[in-house]
Parts: sequence; structure tokens; C-alpha cells
Amino acid sequence: MTLIDLANPSRFRALAERALPWLVAATVLAFAVGVEQAYFAPDDYQQGATVKIMFIHVPAAWLGIFAWMLMSVAGIGTLVWRHPLADVAAKAAAPIGAAFTLMCLITGSLWGRPMWGTYWVWDARLTSVLVLFLMYLGVLALWRTIEEPARAARVVAVLTLVGAINIPIIKFSVDWWNTLHQGASLLRLGGPTIDPTILVPLLAMLIAFTLLFLTLHLAAMRNEIMRRRVRTMLMMQADATAGP
Amino acid sequence: MSLGPHAAFIIAAYAAAAAIVAALVLWVMLDRRALMRTLAALEAQGFARRSGREERS
Repeated sequence: MTLIDLANPSRFRALAERALPWLVAATVLAFAVGVEQAYFAPDDYQQGATVKIMFIHVPAAWLGIFAWMLMSVAGIGTLVWRHPLADVAAKAAAPIGAAFTLMCLITGSLWGRPMWGTYWVWDARLTSVLVLFLMYLGVLALWRTIEEPARAARVVAVLTLVGAINIPIIKFSVDWWNTLHQGASLLRLGGPTIDPTILVPLLAMLIAFTLLFLTLHLAAMRNEIMRRRVRTMLMMQADATAGP
Repeated sequence: MSLGPHAAFIIAAYAAAAAIVAALVLWVMLDRRALMRTLAALEAQGFARRSGREERS
């Protein structure tokens, strides 16, 4: 099977049906390892046991950003090639990305209260992630507002690509401005600054959450392809009912 | 394992993450179930897309 064959929605759906059980099994296995690693990870010498919040907060932040980057690539596919599978990929990723961004905000607040003494502060990192969440809500609203899927996809693609400017702002906000949020400690020149006893569980949870995202995204794409089939059939039914 | 003086925050963070993951999984599953039901009803009425007919043949 060539890559171009996968671009056919029906073939893609058939492939997704075959791949999903394996992805689910890999996700469950990865979470079993990740949660075990997180459970037995030592306390941080300054933050104590609250460092365990990092094992869910960082993967959630990564996936909130990753989903938007995926939607941006799909948006290019929509605008340049007008490919329906690109529309499907973007639409399926939006609610999942929104959910992980919300998870990042909630877990960050719950980590901030005992460590910073506040649930929220309007610093650049926190505010730019909140803006990302609001943009997700805007995208979700747009998908629901415009009924014709191809037109909705084009409008959403433009909004997504404009919104992608927020991604480097999120990443570099801790370098460009004085923030209460700490600087980069994982993706940085010179390598991670985290001790291996905490870095290994974090990487295990990052892999588990990424597999979860891929599983959910593939399942949501399969649903979206089916939704478009249902839509077409409902239109055929309406035509048949209306008569000549 | 002791979670120390901030146990409530750690437990709340994990509970919130678990609830969001559960909501996502439920959304995908219930959405699929509803779509399958609608698709089956439409096919029972004799409506089928070209690609659907190709898949079955």
C-alpha cells in the first residue's frame, strides 16, 4: 500500500480499524509502565511529592501544543491540496487538543498553589497557554457554526495557521519575559536539567500520553469519516423524500 | 508512599487528569455508537454511498 492509497478516506478508515486494537494495547501497556514509574519516583528535594504533578502536567502541555501543530499541518493540506482527509484530521484533533490544554491548565494551577502560593498569575507562559485554550474553543465553535464541511475546513485552516504564531510564544515566553513559571528543563540546548530518577518516569508518561493521543485521534478521525458518510446519506434521503 | 503535606493537590491533579481522559474515551465511543446506529438505520432504508457499496462487494 502506497502513501497515496492512505489518502483515500475509505481505505484510511479500513486501516484505522486494523491499527486501533494494537494502539489501544500499546497505550494501556505504556500507561502501566508510566504510572508504575511515576508512583515509585523519589520526591524532589525542594518540591517534595508535588513533583508527581509534573508527570501529567508536562505531557498535557506537550499534547495541547502538538495537537495545534498537527492542525496547522492539516490546515496547509486543506488550503493547498483541498484534501478531505486533512479536514478530517484537523477536525478530529481540535477537541482532543482542547482537552489536553485544559488538563495542562488545571494541573498547573493545582501545582502552582502549594509551590507558588497562588492558583493563577497573569505571567506570559500561563496567559499564552490560556490563549491557546481559548483558540481551541474558537475552532470548535467554528466547526459547529459552518454546516458545509469543506467550507468550514478552509475557514478553520486560516484561523489555525494564524493562531500557530502562539506556539513559539508559549515555548519561548519563559525566555522572553520574566515569568513565575520556570524556564525550559527538558527541551533545551545542552540537554535536560532533570535528574534521571525523575526524567525517566517523565519520559515514560510522555510516551504513554502521546500514544493515548494517537489512539484517540485515529478513533476520532474514523468517526469523522463515518459522520461525513452519514451526512451524505441524509442528504440523499432528503432528496428522495422531496421527490422530483 | 507518603504524598506529604500537599497530598490533596496531587490527588486532585491526578483525579482531574483521569476525568478528562475518561471523558475523551467516552466521547469517542458514544459518538461511534450513535453514528453506527444512524448509518444502520439509513442502510436499512436502502440508502448507501458508492464507497459503501464498493466496500461490501
